[in-house]
Amino acid sequence: MKKVLIPLVLFMGLVVFLAVGLKRDPREIPSPLIGKPAPHFTLFTLEPGDAKFSPVDMQGQVWMLNVWATWCVACREEHPVLVAFSEKNQVPIVGLSYKEIQPQDPAYKSPFDEKLKLARERSQVWLKRHGNPYVTSVMDLDGRVGINYGVYGVPETYVIDKAGVIRYKFVGAMTPALLAEKVLPLIAELNKS
Amino acid sequence: MIPELGNFALMLAAVVAVMQGVLPIAGTLVRNPQTQITLQSLARPTAALQFVLIAFAFGALATSFLNNDFSVLYVSQHSNSLLPKPYQFAAVWGGHEGSLLLWVLLLSLWTVAVAVFSRSLPLDMVARVIGVLGLISVGFLLFILTTSNPFERLLPAALDGKDLNPLLQDPGLVIHPPMLYMGYVGMAVAFAFAVSALMSGRLDAAWARWSRPWTVVAWTFLTFGIGLGSWWAYYELGWGGWWFWDPVENASLMPWLVGTALIHSLMVTEKRGSFKAWTVLLAIAAFSLSLLGTFLVRSGVLTSVHAFASDPKRGVFVLIFLAVVVGASLTLFAWRAPRVALGGRMELVSRESFLLANSVLLVVATAAVLLGTIYPLIIDALNLGKLSVGPPYFNAVFAPLLVPTVFLIIPGSVARWRDANVREIAHKLRWTFAGAVALAVLLPFVLGGWSLGAAFGLFLGCWVALGTAQQVILRVSKPGRIGASFWGQHIAHFGMAVLVIGITGVKCYEVERDVRMQIGDVVTIAPYTFRLNSLDEVRGPNYKAVRADVQVLRNDKVIEILQPEKRRYFSSAMAMTEAGIDSGFMRDLYVSLGEPLDDARTEWSMRVYYKPFVPWLWGGVLLMVLGGVLAALDRRYRQ
Repeated sequence: MKKVLIPLVLFMGLVVFLAVGLKRDPREIPSPLIGKPAPHFTLFTLEPGDAKFSPVDMQGQVWMLNVWATWCVACREEHPVLVAFSEKNQVPIVGLSYKEIQPQDPAYKSPFDEKLKLARERSQVWLKRHGNPYVTSVMDLDGRVGINYGVYGVPETYVIDKAGVIRYKFVGAMTPALLAEKVLPLIAELNKS
Repeated sequence: MIPELGNFALMLAAVVAVMQGVLPIAGTLVRNPQTQITLQSLARPTAALQFVLIAFAFGALATSFLNNDFSVLYVSQHSNSLLPKPYQFAAVWGGHEGSLLLWVLLLSLWTVAVAVFSRSLPLDMVARVIGVLGLISVGFLLFILTTSNPFERLLPAALDGKDLNPLLQDPGLVIHPPMLYMGYVGMAVAFAFAVSALMSGRLDAAWARWSRPWTVVAWTFLTFGIGLGSWWAYYELGWGGWWFWDPVENASLMPWLVGTALIHSLMVTEKRGSFKAWTVLLAIAAFSLSLLGTFLVRSGVLTSVHAFASDPKRGVFVLIFLAVVVGASLTLFAWRAPRVALGGRMELVSRESFLLANSVLLVVATAAVLLGTIYPLIIDALNLGKLSVGPPYFNAVFAPLLVPTVFLIIPGSVARWRDANVREIAHKLRWTFAGAVALAVLLPFVLGGWSLGAAFGLFLGCWVALGTAQQVILRVSKPGRIGASFWGQHIAHFGMAVLVIGITGVKCYEVERDVRMQIGDVVTIAPYTFRLNSLDEVRGPNYKAVRADVQVLRNDKVIEILQPEKRRYFSSAMAMTEAGIDSGFMRDLYVSLGEPLDDARTEWSMRVYYKPFVPWLWGGVLLMVLGGVLAALDRRYRQ
């Protein structure tokens, strides 16, 4: 008699897990960095020349860091959302161009200067075509900054407060709903304090 | 007006479905013989009426699409006035609401088919089967009406629609969902038969015999649907893969694996009267996994490349529905199976034992896929963190389970029923085995390099192919009429062999080059040379594209011109890749456009692939489909 109950019991267990799973969002990935200072870096920016950017430059204001790349398909989906968002001028968005030149790219093994030039060109072309939501974009060619930030998949978005502490992280393409319901209220609150 | 009529028809259909689900089954429970017959006889007409109403609703939605009625929310989200007419029609199932409508339409179609082709069945059985199908339909109709109504209006109306997702604007994807759904929904028929048998307490050979053709037809559709999905992914996604172990793919693979086990298990139950409980359980599982697949796809609990709009309300509904349907049927199973499922004994070596072994292996493989698919969910539910399970897990677990399953096809189909002898089987198959080993050792040299993996995969494929051929030759040389199901069985097994050889060939011998190319540049994958001749702007009805002209040369002679495209659709600005593919018997040459690398768009990243044996994958699937069709057409089922 007991053997025939096994399928039912297994199934009930499955239903419990599915019910709990229903309440979670698989794309909301917890980051150990939330509540911690944003890791420091100094990187070349997108603009030709030797200009560099560091998170310290943003001290005293709330800002967003958006990880992107021209090869990233989901970024193209997200991009119009960011462009529209940036036009409202509510918060500065800094782009982090992540591993623009991929290992399978023939240019991957070129010297750093050439890679930087090529990556800048490609990114500029891309931003010209799709619109530029960034106050500036920095070139993380080897992805080391990405590692420090625990980049999980491109695109990713971070909200960083006036003191330089990471307050929010989202993996995947931003949506207008998410911006309106989560990001904007958070920014408003951070701006008050 | 038309959408309102469709909506009304759908509501009426729900009422009729309740009648179809309750009255005929009630008719099997009452005492009075006159009432019994009256109530049971309602099964067929209510099923027919339900079909007419749902077909009307479906027609109403299709009409709204073809009329560009953008005051219907669903139409405005999934169509556009520039969209070609055939795609406007296919857009009916291009989104969540419409695909559910297609689901219930097909369910009612299957129910009508059961009503028509069940003349030889006792009335009470027909009443139960159609009743169970009616209850399933009630659940889905309520799901549509309460959470996913495709007839909802948008006021004021949109000027133009947002357009069908460009990924879906493709002939392969137009027929992929209906085929897949025919398979899923067909498993509902096998499920209804199993539940009816449990209800009636008659779990006998007759039940297995009735279920078999329905299950085979459902399996055939499922096979075709999965094959189409894979084929589409291969040429449309632009990176040359054909299986990604995505949760939604897994959702279709699981019912297929269990369905395969079910077809074979039903045969044993029909012929030998054994495995009754196991067979019933498989029938319940095949449909439950179809429902689970629906849940996973529709609720958004897992991330998948199949980006369906997800809504937690819908997830809750499907989960409750799943719990009720599967929970009730498994409870019924636990209650009834011990009494009705006393089956015959089985010898350790016999055709039964081989089939049981295969059945168990297929179920374990299904469990492995299920575990991999929902593992992220379980870990998250237990607050142990977030993770994802990728192809390495599936490949590592799935292959070792499928290898013995495929190997056992041959001894299983050679062994006699009831009591077979290992020596005798080994004796019969010794030359086949030797032949397969010889081919496995030699073929890799011809194909371009010996490796253990290649040899092993080729052995498995050759073993099944040669073993099947041996049995066909032996049978054909004997006198007597050969039934369609004999051909069905062996053609399907041969298809499996072709598929295994195909998978081995692609995995072991493909050459992939990701390169940057300008006009005039050349890439060589011996013996082929690819030359980028030109890049042109072309216009489609609702998109603009860059089309590359790639010459393929062999021995300095042009053998083919491939024209991969990068399309940009006006309405969504989404870029789509159309690969250029030259298919031969033994190989595909595959070129797709990546991204422009400079401002003037004269230099592009391109994928240039040599893909041996890919046509064999599709050939194997088509052979399995053909086998399924032949098996279902066997004369025995029409008596």
